[in-house]
Amino acid sequence: MNIIALVKYVPNPEGTPQMGPDHRLVREGVEGALDPGDEHVVEAALQLAEQSGGEVTVLSMGPEPALAAIRRALSMGAHKGVLITDQALPGADTLVTARVLAAAIKRGEFDLVIGGVESTDGYTGTLPMAVAEFLAIPNATFARHVEVKDGSIRIERQTEMGYDVVECPLPAVVTVTAGANQPRYPTLKGIMQAKQKPMENLTLGDLGISAEEAKATQEVMGVEPVPAKEAGEILEDPGEAPAKVVELLSKAKVI
Amino acid sequence: MGVWVYAEVADDGKVEPGALENLTKARDLGTEVSAVALGPGATQAAATAGEYGAQTLYASDDSVYTDYIAQPAVHALHELIQQHQPELILFSPTYDSRDVAGRLQARTGATLMSNATDILGPDYAQTQIFGGQQIVDVTLSGPNPKLVIVRPKSFEPQPSGGGPAQVVPVEVEIPDELKKASRVERHEQAAAGPKIEEAKVIIAGGRGLQQPENFKLLEELAGAIGSAAVGASRAVVDAGWVPYAMQIGQTGKTVSPEVYIAVGISGAIQHLVGMKTSKRIIAINKDREAPIFQYADLGIVGDALKVLPEITAAIKAKKGS
Ligand SMILES: Cc1cc2nc3c(=O)[nH]c(=O)nc-3n(C[C@H](O)[C@H](O)[C@H](O)COP(=O)(O)OP(=O)(O)OC[C@H]3O[C@@H](n4cnc5c(N)ncnc54)[C@H](O)[C@@H]3O)c2cc1C
Ligand SMILES: Nc1ncnc2c1ncn2[C@@H]1O[C@H](COP(=O)(O)O)[C@@H](O)[C@H]1O
Repeated sequence: MNIIALVKYVPNPEGTPQMGPDHRLVREGVEGALDPGDEHVVEAALQLAEQSGGEVTVLSMGPEPALAAIRRALSMGAHKGVLITDQALPGADTLVTARVLAAAIKRGEFDLVIGGVESTDGYTGTLPMAVAEFLAIPNATFARHVEVKDGSIRIERQTEMGYDVVECPLPAVVTVTAGANQPRYPTLKGIMQAKQKPMENLTLGDLGISAEEAKATQEVMGVEPVPAKEAGEILEDPGEAPAKVVELLSKAKVI
Repeated sequence: MGVWVYAEVADDGKVEPGALENLTKARDLGTEVSAVALGPGATQAAATAGEYGAQTLYASDDSVYTDYIAQPAVHALHELIQQHQPELILFSPTYDSRDVAGRLQARTGATLMSNATDILGPDYAQTQIFGGQQIVDVTLSGPNPKLVIVRPKSFEPQPSGGGPAQVVPVEVEIPDELKKASRVERHEQAAAGPKIEEAKVIIAGGRGLQQPENFKLLEELAGAIGSAAVGASRAVVDAGWVPYAMQIGQTGKTVSPEVYIAVGISGAIQHLVGMKTSKRIIAINKDREAPIFQYADLGIVGDALKVLPEITAAIKAKKGS
């Protein structure tokens, strides 16, 4: 089984993001990494490949440093990496990103595409579904559990009040939640091997996509700070707390 | 201008709250406001859709739209779009709607903006970043209709006083090759107490509670208040103290209760986005410098484990009197 894992490189996933004068997230000079959500993607892909004897290709669109995210996935055990980098791509929206990723996926054989529910920095949460539509295959999304059997998948799809079981023939696009698995840490051996694994670098030209088709349909016009909220009352002496809380709850008419 | 709201409905015709918020906003934006509802219960939604401002409800009660994930709904929406040419479609970020909107952008080649917090025109929307500290203005270009997923609680739902929407049946043939991702089982856990999204008071606990057992202090406070629900930060959800359904924030629920009480929560930006619009915020934290205090109407510097029982007792005393 050929599995494609969609992974994103994000700047500074744990820290506070910064906005540059061009209204884009500052990506230079900050230490980036594989999106923590996409570690679950790689883990899910590896587990399914181990069960069915398949191969995992890690696919990412991003700037050159995004190689670090792919490396991380390779050191976890993925088999090969594909990175799409192009001058026309910074600022790309989901529509463009999905078009580019789908074009890269279509070049080879695949049975399953796995993505994350949402990225840490963009969190649009709609990219994998758009990829599925471009590939004209179904999506089984928001999976907290995935199984593959006889050419189809069975997932537990997270819902507001519980979960649904969804079954779907392959090929398909799946997204996994953070609850789906516990991502493995790369071993030292894995890290050494990652350097030898096949790595392909592509541009838009290689995918037959024109700069016009890669033009973003969303533009940030301005960024303004939200007016600060009026400072509230801070009680340094917790002894006053019960009376003050009762007063506030009464005013709010909830008791 | 034609503005549509994609409305999820339950089998009994109850409309998902986000759709009512979006319909309220659509009235300000469009001269023609329509709702689209696909699946069992759809036509029954005509009264509610009309009450909140839809003149027309494109509806089909066919279960094909709920039995299979996204593809049939996207197919039908695409047909309707070609026939009626709306300029803007608003979605809620529920799981099903995100699937539909995500695929629809690729089908129509139209832009899709997520996490919108306000819409100023057919091609002009706002979002907030960094936990709502900054507002970003975004222009949308490319073919119509523009697609926008709106963050919950961005608009206050208000009835317009209108009569039922005129139902236009959706009669679209769904090809078999779009019936693939099939929902074969549904499992619902009945939640105790009021739903977090609907509770008037939310008491949310974080890592500052020290141990999972201490969540019972929050439940006792909720019990004393009455119509209160208990929520949590992601730190304690990830630690397995409480289920995901209780998580509030960027990757959890967005809430806007009358009173939000944050207990032992530091106030990370990802948590703030989910609760910042609460009418009144009380924070209990032992660290005077915790960011949550900047958002609190009432901040209490102290040990939550000591303060909580005292507050609970004071409320009980007040109610008893
Ligand atoms: C992509 C992404 C998405 C995220 N989504 C969410 C989300 O949806 N929701 C969310 O909540 N977080 C989310 N986070 C995590 C967020 O960044 C924080 O890590 C998290 O909110 C911290 O939880 P906390 O406040 O409980 O813990 P901490 O930050 O550890 O804070 C604990 C607080 O308790 C106080 N304290 C300790 N002891 C006591 C005591 N005895 N009495 C009173 N106070 C005490 C401390 O002073 C401290 O301020 C997300 C992060 C990322 C990267
Ligand atoms: N640039 C990218 N390259 C590869 N995969 C991506 C990229 N952006 C997003 N994804 C995938 O899509 C998921 C959802 O991302 P998003 O739509 O940005 O919230 C991520 O978890 C990834 O699996």
